[in-house]
Amino acid sequence: MSDLATDRKIDRSKMQVSDEVAIEINGMNKWYGAFHVLRDINLTVNQGERIVIAGPSGSGKSTLIRCINRLEEHQQGRIVVDGTELTSDLKNIDKIRSEVGMCFQHFNLFPHLTILENCTLAPIWVRKTPRKEAIETAMHFLEKVKIPEQADKYPGQLSGGQQQRVAIARSLCMKPRIMLFDEPTSALDPEMIKEVLDTMIELAEEGMTMLCVTHEMGFARQVANRVIFMDQGQIVEQNEPEEFFNNPQSERTKLFLSQILGH
Amino acid sequence: MTTLTDPPKESFRLSMLIYDTRYRSMTIQVVALIGFMLLIGWLVNNTAQNLLDLGKEPSFSFLGEAAGYDINQRLVDYDNQNSHLRASFVGLLNTLLVAVMGCITATILGVIIGVLRLSKNWLISKLMTVYVETFRNVPVLLWIVFTMAILIETLPVPRSFKGVDVGAVVVTNRGIYVPEPLFSRSLGDIHLFGASSFRFDISLDLIAFLIALALGLFVRHKINQRAHRIQEETGIRPTTWYLSLAAVAVPVLVVLVTLGFYLGYPEFKGFNFRGGTHMRNSLIALWLALSLYTAAFIAENVRAGILAISKGQTEAAAALGLRSNRIMSLVILPQALRVIIPPLISQYLNLTKNSSLAIAVGYMDLTGTLMGITLNQTGRELETLLLGMLIYLLISLSISLVMNWYNNRVKLVER
Amino acid sequence: MSDVFFVRTEMLQQQAPPSTSVGIVGWMRENLFSGWLNSILTVVSALFIFFVAGGFLSWAVSPTWGATSLTECREILAGHEGACWGVIRDRWVQLLFGFYPSELYWRPILTFVLLAVALAPVLFAEKVPAKLVYFTAAFPFLMPWLLWGGSIWGPLAAAAGFVIGYFVYGAVVKAAGSLAGLIVGVAAALIWWLFLAPVVVDLLSGTVSIGLEAVESRKFGGMMLSITIGIVAIACSLPIGIVLALGRQSDLMILKSLCVGFIEFIRGVPLITLLFVASTLLNIFMPPGTNFDIIMRVIIMATLFASAYMAEVIRGGLAALPKGQYEGADSLGLNYWQAQRLIIMPQALKISIPGIVSTFIGLFKDTTLVSVIGLLDPLGLSNAIRADTDWNGVVWELYGFIALLFFIFCFSMSRYSMYLERKLRTDHQ
Repeated sequence: MSDLATDRKIDRSKMQVSDEVAIEINGMNKWYGAFHVLRDINLTVNQGERIVIAGPSGSGKSTLIRCINRLEEHQQGRIVVDGTELTSDLKNIDKIRSEVGMCFQHFNLFPHLTILENCTLAPIWVRKTPRKEAIETAMHFLEKVKIPEQADKYPGQLSGGQQQRVAIARSLCMKPRIMLFDEPTSALDPEMIKEVLDTMIELAEEGMTMLCVTHEMGFARQVANRVIFMDQGQIVEQNEPEEFFNNPQSERTKLFLSQILGH
Repeated sequence: MTTLTDPPKESFRLSMLIYDTRYRSMTIQVVALIGFMLLIGWLVNNTAQNLLDLGKEPSFSFLGEAAGYDINQRLVDYDNQNSHLRASFVGLLNTLLVAVMGCITATILGVIIGVLRLSKNWLISKLMTVYVETFRNVPVLLWIVFTMAILIETLPVPRSFKGVDVGAVVVTNRGIYVPEPLFSRSLGDIHLFGASSFRFDISLDLIAFLIALALGLFVRHKINQRAHRIQEETGIRPTTWYLSLAAVAVPVLVVLVTLGFYLGYPEFKGFNFRGGTHMRNSLIALWLALSLYTAAFIAENVRAGILAISKGQTEAAAALGLRSNRIMSLVILPQALRVIIPPLISQYLNLTKNSSLAIAVGYMDLTGTLMGITLNQTGRELETLLLGMLIYLLISLSISLVMNWYNNRVKLVER
Repeated sequence: MSDVFFVRTEMLQQQAPPSTSVGIVGWMRENLFSGWLNSILTVVSALFIFFVAGGFLSWAVSPTWGATSLTECREILAGHEGACWGVIRDRWVQLLFGFYPSELYWRPILTFVLLAVALAPVLFAEKVPAKLVYFTAAFPFLMPWLLWGGSIWGPLAAAAGFVIGYFVYGAVVKAAGSLAGLIVGVAAALIWWLFLAPVVVDLLSGTVSIGLEAVESRKFGGMMLSITIGIVAIACSLPIGIVLALGRQSDLMILKSLCVGFIEFIRGVPLITLLFVASTLLNIFMPPGTNFDIIMRVIIMATLFASAYMAEVIRGGLAALPKGQYEGADSLGLNYWQAQRLIIMPQALKISIPGIVSTFIGLFKDTTLVSVIGLLDPLGLSNAIRADTDWNGVVWELYGFIALLFFIFCFSMSRYSMYLERKLRTDHQ
């Protein structure tokens, strides 16, 4: 796999990490039945951070970010997002979900709605935005992901890369403060990976807080300010990308990196 | 220099009929058509010969003769001096009645059971599974006679209500009596199709009621449209449920009051009940059994339809912050309906066809009249069966047409 | 090193989940009492089950197994509500075999055992020897002989027709091509069945009479009748269904519309009307003097009925095949029939088996309709039994027993077809 995901020049001027805490996870544990899938997770994410979570499959990285907007329920410990604690309180869940955007591996666009309707659905019904305004916002973000001309088509008529960019635009329409990416490029052909990564880089350049589960190590090197390595449901190592790639400490990390980078 | 020369002009040879792709398909089709014609000819010839031997001339004139039998459960006026055609018409209406009633209850039951079967509550979902498997794996005819037996064997006889103050609904082993809607200032009826065999009366009161209801629904639609517009402009949907309710209720109530609406309760007189609407056991047994049986199949379709929507759709909608009822109405249902409705319509078709089993409990539907008593009395097997099958075929084809129209309308657009 | 650095020196071990989410308590919290609505539903359904099961058990547990009439049952129960199981003890054999001579019960039993053997190569192809398929081919001729009895030469002559047709086809194909071979082969078989076979059978029966005691159709009844009608109709409808499905898929306009017309007609009318045709009309369609017995006529109509549904099932199987399979077969130079026989049908039929089983379940349940035209299937027999003065007034026990019989058959078959569907899905991955 190439180290460089993109040949684009990256503008780091706005990539500022503030002191404000965006997500705080404290002593979190989760089980699937008797299987201990997340073990004692402690993680603090500041506003403006770009975090890449890596690790072998089945290491619990997807589960971790799915816990952050409660697509999965954790059983022990605390998760606080933007000052709101995730409990079974529906109001809190609603609040957090409208603050946190998410992109999935398989896009999960709604096939019965047009691209534009996909993008305006949540603003209209959750944010109570007037329709005209919602459409303007949607078109703005569709232009940003460079597919405004597809607005009236249906998801089934678009390529995988286009669909994933629509999915990103759909999340952005909710004006989230945090974006979660769950292997956004894993289901894509190589030439489409680039267009999605470019969109994500653009997002990072605007100072978005991002948590990204991905195997794109080039993206991690260039964009992330922190890389987290997970194995067996626990955080094994985390560091700045330079240090993480050039000077891994744990044996597991070394093994993983040698496999994935082919050194 | 070219080695290719013009192809020789091919003259037609007999073997080309078989070996040339241009003629081969034609040959096969002609052979098939001739074979089919021969078969039909043979059947018609046999039939003509047999009928001649029996001394019967194919003719539909028997339809005009007096039927001579009674039909106790009916929607339109009829007595045994009416023609066979009239009797068949009464039967057809009875078929449609039980089919429509059955489809409605089966759908309601089926949707509830299908959704409950997916419930996270272990006990409920298992209970529903038991229901579905029990009803699906036992013949519908058995359910029909079984239901009939329950009605006859376990319900009280009408006599036992003598001197008892009965309420609005009386359940006896002769059938169920429900209040009938009456109007003290009735507008009367209109008579359609004069004195023909297809004559039937429509109550003007009912029409007035329906017009009021339609008006109410129209106003409600307008109110919703306005709410929608306001939502589009400001983003906030005004609360309209009380306006909608009033819009539907007021015109209907006004009509009912002006026409002097009241309910005619069943009363015990002599040996039986008078007044009210009498639904006979045969109708109830058939209706119940068909609904319960078909509901099991519909429940499976509903379940399959909901399961067909991937978990990702729910998750994506949840991640966007939609609440579970909105996820259902905006994301899951619109997609699930495309999967559910085609098999649902074919279940309606099955229910309609199964309603012909009415003959087992003595409900006089199309099969019981035209293909039952009329056939036996006139001995016109060929004519009655042909006519009956033709009518069923027409009903089925119209249901299929609706299904095809729907399928074409909702096809998902894909590359 | 920056402040974000973290490395775990020792891996955490798997821990047991908190007690509220495992074990019986956790399971019940998760599955029965998650939220107040669920708790109410649980309690309501538990009460419902309790009352229904309680009521049913107190009725069903009843010491009336030995009773010989309803009156005796009532004496035993002495005023209590309870089932009268004596009728089942008295009549269960009849509900299974109808009026089939009791000394010949081994024949239907043997038939259905052999049926299981014959079906094995189709249903469990990988677990039985491949040679068994010859037995499967012979079974359609063996079955009627065992059930109805009579001379063995009739079924043998019928089978011989297929063999003759096949050999003639083989001989002509080499000389004149497949279409001509097909036509001549079918013609040869028809000539054998219509003109030569009757003579040969007479001759052979006259000289060497091997046969079983003949049993008349009207003695057939009970479950045996339902199963016979179901099996024969499904078996016969399979080839007709294949032809109809191919016809419906073909580009030949006339052929296609004939097939569509037939399928839609049969699917558009209720089975009961077709049974009326069987009981009153079918003999009128036949040449004067022919007189099929009623079971034969019912089987003919049930076959036509099933073949329309079968055609739709197989059409689904054909449609599910990727287009590449047709193109692959064409590119190898196979002609239409070779492609169908070697490539398309084996796959399409395999995909269709669950649908075929469902069609069979439907048809099997529908065989109860023959009671309407007076045949003695279990439901028809139940009326006959209740007409007996001993058992006049027995209702639930009989219906319950019949329902149970059907349930056992249909439920196990539907489970089997679900298993097949799952297997197909995993096989294809």
